[in-house]
Amino acid sequence: MSNLRVEHLGKSYGSANVLSDINLSVDNGEFIVLVGPSGCGKSTLLRMIAGLDGVTTGDIYIGDRLVNGLAPAERRIAMVFQSYALYPHMDVRKNMTFGLKFTGVAPAERQRRVDEAARMLRLEPLLGRYPRDLSGGQRQRVAIGRAIVREPDVFLFDEPLSNLDAALRVSTRVEIARLHRLLGATMVYVTHDQTEAMTLADRIVVMSEGRIEQIGKALDLYYGPANLFVAGFIGSPAMNFFLGAVETVDGATARIVGAGFEPLALPADALDRGAKVTIGVRPEHLRIAGQGPFATSGAVELVERLGVSSFAHVRRADDKTLVVEVRGRETPEVTQNVTFRAPLQDIHVFDASGQRIDISKGR
Amino acid sequence: MLLEQRARSLAVHAVLVAYSALALGPILLVVMNSFKARNAIFDSPLSPPDSSTFSLIGYAKVFRASHIVVYFENSLIVTMVSMGLVLLFGAMAAWALSEYRFRGSTALGLFLSIGIMVPIRLGSVAILNMMRTLGLNDTLTALILVYIAQGLPMAIFILSEFIQQIPMDLRDAARCDGVPETRIFFEVIAPLLRPAIATVAVFTIVPIWNDLWFPLILTSSDSTHTITLGVQQFLGQYITDWNSVLAALSMAILPVVVIYVIFSRQLIAGLTSGAVK
Repeated sequence: MSNLRVEHLGKSYGSANVLSDINLSVDNGEFIVLVGPSGCGKSTLLRMIAGLDGVTTGDIYIGDRLVNGLAPAERRIAMVFQSYALYPHMDVRKNMTFGLKFTGVAPAERQRRVDEAARMLRLEPLLGRYPRDLSGGQRQRVAIGRAIVREPDVFLFDEPLSNLDAALRVSTRVEIARLHRLLGATMVYVTHDQTEAMTLADRIVVMSEGRIEQIGKALDLYYGPANLFVAGFIGSPAMNFFLGAVETVDGATARIVGAGFEPLALPADALDRGAKVTIGVRPEHLRIAGQGPFATSGAVELVERLGVSSFAHVRRADDKTLVVEVRGRETPEVTQNVTFRAPLQDIHVFDASGQRIDISKGR
Repeated sequence: MLLEQRARSLAVHAVLVAYSALALGPILLVVMNSFKARNAIFDSPLSPPDSSTFSLIGYAKVFRASHIVVYFENSLIVTMVSMGLVLLFGAMAAWALSEYRFRGSTALGLFLSIGIMVPIRLGSVAILNMMRTLGLNDTLTALILVYIAQGLPMAIFILSEFIQQIPMDLRDAARCDGVPETRIFFEVIAPLLRPAIATVAVFTIVPIWNDLWFPLILTSSDSTHTITLGVQQFLGQYITDWNSVLAALSMAILPVVVIYVIFSRQLIAGLTSGAVK
């Protein structure tokens, strides 16, 4: 088990910058999830940590050992691939022991590790089977088993659940969380699925366009997104945004006006007169006949009823769509005009460059 | 609808049957007539041997009059060794060219593919001179070297295509597992190339086995003749011993058929199923 440190890491292919100035420190035993839309560089970062892709600039340390120049096997990492990447011509046991042959693990020890991993992952009845005879979930468990028997310092997961169907994804996710608790290992996990990120991670790294947007615990990201990108990426359905500007500052109160919402009074500590701002409110924080300074209204266009809650799609005054989560049995009728309110604590304010303005703390 | 489908399938089958007849007819004639007496071959070449025309005289003559066993041996040695080396070097080169980017790799790939476009026979004189200088004239080694050069370009071309279909994750997984590069090639990639290797093997063997040209110019003694060249001694300018020619040809067909049957079992694709979803 080991910590992992990435300093000023950059990657470019020719003139195209894929990653720039990535800094990340992962504690011993921590579960880190890299999340972001496709093409954001998260898989490249993982492959660079694994040693499968070269480093253009910067350093990678595993357990305080500089590993830039080391081959994947020498880094003491193990990687689980989205496509499982099982050796098709070897049975499950051979798949797990194949790599150990070359790293000087004695046969008896190999046997012990495979048996232990098989027990952990409930693979015992499958040890003699070939990958082609296994289901997707079983294959992924074998791939995880192959990583476990290497007893690596750091586990790397590259979208391991993306090829599984929805039900299997949930159960395998639980399995991975259980494994992390059991092994206490350092894990870096790449996904584009924010549910996986939120449920598995000790800390989440949100990435976009080759940069780290924010690092933090699941709820910190949810309640305190550092910028517009994180605000829009974390949470489903996505946060509603309203463009506005600070019209007046009167003592401790700033009055913000904009399209699609009623003039809004906010604590003025961090707001200047004339500043352009973006107001963000999550669908689940808007209430029909609720309380709070924020109010918006519009005609209901569509209601998606999911059971636990329903999502009302509302045409705002500025002709954009607003999504509101409505709980309970009563849902608004289509074409009905409805006003929604949100309390102060659930209003997010971002400045013109998209950075969060902490309205309660001052500058 | 159904009728139209049937008609189409009938038409396709008619074409296929006609083609098969065209391809198999001459072979059938050769084999059939090799079991007939000389007169019967000329009297009724299209009829199968019956009790009055059946004769093994051709086979008897071939075994009595020539070094057919030596020729067979030579052909087998040359073909098998050439095939083995073409597959080994071809697969290794294909892997290197598609897996590693190094200075001049594109140029090297192009250079190797020139062999597909330019027939090796154009270099016959140069090859003959080279073999003489090397002292390899009239040896099986000379033939093997030429056939390796002849077979490699196509082998590399076909195997490269197959290698590109092998999921990259597999070799990445092997690297993370600490498997050395040579073992990745021989123990992970090569087993997955089996269908391709069978294809290349068949494509390599047939022209080598059937080749007349290079044995003719590079070998001169009975001890180095191949079967294809050996058959020629029954074809005279004035008299051709058809019994012997047909018997020798029939026997020469046999090993290629056997080899094809062996490898065609390996031509089953889908070996990679289960590797990735």
